[in-house]
Amino acid sequence: MTNNNYDEIIELLCDRLGSLANADVNITAETNLISELSIDSIKLLNLIMEIEDAFDISIPINALADVQTVHELASLISKIKSAS
Amino acid sequence: MNLLEKLDAAATARKAMLPEGVGAFGIPVEEVYSATEARIGERRVLLLGTNNYLGLTFAPECIQAAHKALDTEGTGTTGSRMANGSYHGHRALEREFADFYDCCAGIVFTTGYQANLGTISGLVGRGDTVLIDGDSHASIFDGCILSGAEIIRFKHNDMIDMEKRLRRLGDRTETTLIIVEGIYSMLGDQAPLADIVALKNKYKCTLLLDEAHSLGVLGETGQGLSEKTGLQKEIDFITGTFSKSLCSIGGFCVSNHPQLDQLRYISHPYIFTASPSPATIASTRAALQLLRNGGNLRKQLWKNCTQLYSKLEETGYKLGPEPGPVIAAVLDNPKQALQIWQRLLENNIYVNLILPPAAPDGKSLVRCSVNAAHTTEQMAYVGDIFAKLYNEILQT
Repeated sequence: MTNNNYDEIIELLCDRLGSLANADVNITAETNLISELSIDSIKLLNLIMEIEDAFDISIPINALADVQTVHELASLISKIKSAS
Repeated sequence: MNLLEKLDAAATARKAMLPEGVGAFGIPVEEVYSATEARIGERRVLLLGTNNYLGLTFAPECIQAAHKALDTEGTGTTGSRMANGSYHGHRALEREFADFYDCCAGIVFTTGYQANLGTISGLVGRGDTVLIDGDSHASIFDGCILSGAEIIRFKHNDMIDMEKRLRRLGDRTETTLIIVEGIYSMLGDQAPLADIVALKNKYKCTLLLDEAHSLGVLGETGQGLSEKTGLQKEIDFITGTFSKSLCSIGGFCVSNHPQLDQLRYISHPYIFTASPSPATIASTRAALQLLRNGGNLRKQLWKNCTQLYSKLEETGYKLGPEPGPVIAAVLDNPKQALQIWQRLLENNIYVNLILPPAAPDGKSLVRCSVNAAHTTEQMAYVGDIFAKLYNEILQT
């Protein structure tokens, strides 16, 4: 994937998060990554690396500190992709 | 959840991992007999979980120097380097470190942790980038957080991943600080420094090398990985600690960039703390001389490292990729690691237990630290007990 269309990013994230989540949750843009999905930190870091490669970006660790929901992660990816 | 309830939740999680009564973390050492032996509870144990790589904690030269400084300069400086805390010894030690690394500038910090915190937060700030190894020590990570720079991690020792991330930075590489370590504290492996230097030059970055675990251990005179690889002149900043091979407490940064001196005026971890005590500085200066001339100590250390690493490898333990003073057995889960750790202690051997999330990639480690004062017989005993536990715990 090479573009930074927000909807496509959301779609990719929901798909990947769905396969990683331990809980049976309907994942939407407003889903909370930590409290609702029960994904451990290592799986989440691996997912971030996969996303970085998919969009050919690097996501600063400190930017992730402000990310709680799928929407916030998608917005961050979109912002970094636009700036690169 | 209020603040105290958050602490209660963390305590519950910790207790779930470590049953009550198991004191693996912060174990009380009652008496220290030598560089290799101490008393824990009623047991006289072999110390295999310290960072005393050259075995100098009881070196007479260091003890005498510390005594003299206590008698003549008192117990503490009671002030910052910025105010009244820059004694003759602090300035002399800075010159001695600069001379040791053939650099033009050196700064002494109160702890090794602060050396990384103070150097990193002084060198980079908002709008800059730090590119750090995924297995970086907490002092590096915390220094990066304090700096406000963007933190990008690359996969541990993975040069393909590192270059990918440099390429993605585009023209921001000129304001990027790469930070790597001579020897990594978890698995004891070394950074591929020649490849890192090549990338640093290709992308015109600045490079900081933390020699905390490699000082005294690698290189002919013990400078660390920079000396072992002959790449001293390619490293922009070298940091390190006094609390491992130098057997005291404190830290340093050296550089051939004269701008290093400016950190004294902008680096909070340097400014807003008391300077090291005169006795600490005096013993460190004596230890640095012993370290520089410690070729035989390094030979003995490496003999011990190779002996234990080979025995554990031959037994079947999963280890870090190369022998060194840090030898970590990687276990499948925290329960296994805890069992091995407890049984080692029952056999009078103290090692470090490292459980997730402290260890990288969710690993559970039983980590040995070898030193030059260990004897061949002690190494053989430790190897034999590890082999016995492998058969009893991991083969069942």
